[in-house]
Amino acid sequence: MERIIYRELKSTPKVWGLLALLGVFIAAAGAVVLYVEHYGHIVTGMNNQIVWGLPHVFAIFLIVAASGALNVASIGSVFGKVAYKPMARLSALLAIALLVGGLAVLVLDLGRPDRLIVTMTNFNFTSIFTWNILLYTGFMVIVAIYIYTQMARGLPSYAVKTAGLAAFLWRLILTTGTGSIFGWLVARQAYDAAIMAPLFIVLSFAIGMASFLLVVMGITRMTGRAFGPELRTRLARLLAIFIAALLYFTTVQHLTNIYAAEHWGVETFILRDGGIYTFLFWGVQVLIGGLVPMGILFHPTLGKQARMVVLSSLLVIAGGFAQLYVIVIGGQAFPLEIFPGYDVSSSFSDGVVNAYTPSMLELILGLGGVALALAITIIGMKFLRILPNSLSDANVAPKT
Amino acid sequence: MKKLFLVGMMILGLSIGPVVHAQGVYPDVPKATGEPHPEGNEFMRINHPDLLRHDRDLTVRDGDRDVDYSLAGCVACHAVNGPDAKPVTSESSEYFCRVCHDYAAVKIDCFQCHNSLPPDLGEASLMFDRPEQSLDVLLTYLEGLSR
Amino acid sequence: MNIPGLKPAGSCGGGCASKEKGADVHRRDFLKSGAALATLTLAPGVTLMAMGNGVAAKANPGVRWGLLIDAGKCPSDCNACVTACSDEHGWENNGLDTDPQWIRKVTLKDRETGRENSLPVMCQHCENPPCVDVCPTGASFKREDGIVLVDRHTCIGCRYCMMACPFKARSFLHEKVTDQKVTTPRGKGTVEGCNMCVHKLDRGDGTTACVEACNATGNNAMIFGDMNDPDSDISKALASYPSIELRADLKLNLGVRYQNI
Repeated sequence: MERIIYRELKSTPKVWGLLALLGVFIAAAGAVVLYVEHYGHIVTGMNNQIVWGLPHVFAIFLIVAASGALNVASIGSVFGKVAYKPMARLSALLAIALLVGGLAVLVLDLGRPDRLIVTMTNFNFTSIFTWNILLYTGFMVIVAIYIYTQMARGLPSYAVKTAGLAAFLWRLILTTGTGSIFGWLVARQAYDAAIMAPLFIVLSFAIGMASFLLVVMGITRMTGRAFGPELRTRLARLLAIFIAALLYFTTVQHLTNIYAAEHWGVETFILRDGGIYTFLFWGVQVLIGGLVPMGILFHPTLGKQARMVVLSSLLVIAGGFAQLYVIVIGGQAFPLEIFPGYDVSSSFSDGVVNAYTPSMLELILGLGGVALALAITIIGMKFLRILPNSLSDANVAPKT
Repeated sequence: MKKLFLVGMMILGLSIGPVVHAQGVYPDVPKATGEPHPEGNEFMRINHPDLLRHDRDLTVRDGDRDVDYSLAGCVACHAVNGPDAKPVTSESSEYFCRVCHDYAAVKIDCFQCHNSLPPDLGEASLMFDRPEQSLDVLLTYLEGLSR
Repeated sequence: MNIPGLKPAGSCGGGCASKEKGADVHRRDFLKSGAALATLTLAPGVTLMAMGNGVAAKANPGVRWGLLIDAGKCPSDCNACVTACSDEHGWENNGLDTDPQWIRKVTLKDRETGRENSLPVMCQHCENPPCVDVCPTGASFKREDGIVLVDRHTCIGCRYCMMACPFKARSFLHEKVTDQKVTTPRGKGTVEGCNMCVHKLDRGDGTTACVEACNATGNNAMIFGDMNDPDSDISKALASYPSIELRADLKLNLGVRYQNI
């Protein structure tokens, strides 16, 4: 049993260099925001048919990953697994950071981002967006309290567990809210499904764990701190299970849709005729984002190799991104079924598959959000005692 | 000593406003056409945001067009003519609202949606139809009573 | 109505303590006086609204504005309603995907029979609008008289209402707008859609620009009126001839109905 010492990051040139790089991305995204706000969304690739584009895919990815990143802390605090407890502070910090990054992208893509005060003072409680605003800000507060309970001295022993439980439950509700953004829309063939909320929860497990793995492996490598192979393997195995669960929910979602004649149109679109969306679904989401990393991580030898774990995490992230792209943009590309049984045409793109080409500006904005999340994580680790000196296997009880 | 210095700086900073005002750096507000506001200019200066906001909610949400302060009404009297003797839009810094708002550095976004030029009285504009309508309404009511 | 388990107010089955608690008495009185006060306050307003003959002081909750469109009378090459709407409100659609369109002509072709039809589609002014449900700030709202509007003062441009609308009725303004009509303010970064010519209705015109234009062409394919008034043209037409709602299975109870699709 080794004593865990949490230590701030030292200001090495590597850390500064990374922060500078992230700063470039953040500044570029800031410039994009000013540009889009001045000229209007005409300069982006979004239009009246595809109203939510690449920035929204990035934002939802970051938000869903945020709630998933808290998983590691929850396993430690709520489910009592001792081996995970040293990583809890980083897990919670990463959760907040990813959420802030996602929210930044979401808010800055609004048509009137200057009206944020209006958003914060006018609530329409029949809208899941309003609930999400409260859930997201509440999440940041609760997780901040959770980190505090872990770092403060003199608190009663149940403080961490209570805060951890609250954070865990809150994040489940939050992800349900995020999935319900789509699940509660009756208008589009690809949405309006109760499975959206649980699908997003399982998606958060997968991409949250993948994000956490990448961050913890990256930062321990960069700072020269230990990260034990057994611990890594445990996380990697968990990730494999989460991928399997995600594939299951995806299968159920599409099988159910395929059964109903009403949904054949959208299903053939996504699964066969959708061009880019079909490629993203089968090639990226299912194959390289699902089956391949699952196979690697369940493999007895490959799953234990650091490089393979990094690769699998990257693939899972790509797969999750593709899944959200298919859901958000593919769902809008498929035309609304206003007149079932008819071929429809009009001057407003009725009845046709809507085209979307993301612009460079949207990509820069999205990447800026990712950079912001990483920057907050590093700055947090720099000023607070978040990262243990050593995450070696000394505290991981060997499996019998 | 330090505290005295800080207090002194604070007094200096706070006095800039009145000093500047006294020296006449205050913006040159263009004169309006039409009748002066019965409430007085000072009242309008302080309360125009709340009046506009209240009335816009009545108009948009409740459909109540019978409001005291409408934006088109303001614009009609407070139009400022440019060098070509035509009213300027809110793009110009000579625009009535812009004169004070640029000075106070408070950006207004009304004219992102609303037309900043005075309404053409020839068009069927809402406000200028009202007097006849009230007569119509009254006559209809009296008619209804007599049935 | 006999609901088991619920004691009728004021009476009590034999043998129970029938005396009301002090708090209950006060609450009842308060509610009663509050109701009286509310009635007194509302009565003049209601009377005012009742006496307006289409020229209401406020949006009249007793009215439900609606449209009835006869697709059989709508020729496929006529765009009068679209042109009238864009002239009235100042929007333009030049074919770009980012251009707004409040009302559009849709051409239908039956997949099985090949029969073609054409009709205008605009915001359907639902009784249970999904766009109102999802708007985070409440900018998308339904007025008392059934018209679904965007309060552009509060709209933050999130476009969730556009995702939620089953009829693709809303458009987002992608660029700066100039030369707005005085009666239809519109600006970059907000969402807009058919507002049933509220400015015309509120000043007593009694109809919308699209209906006026359709009548001017002689096709008379569109009727506008108060669906709550059994004597209005639209109510009589709805009562006599079969009509449908688009996407009726969504049970949104639309203000726009169609015949002869």
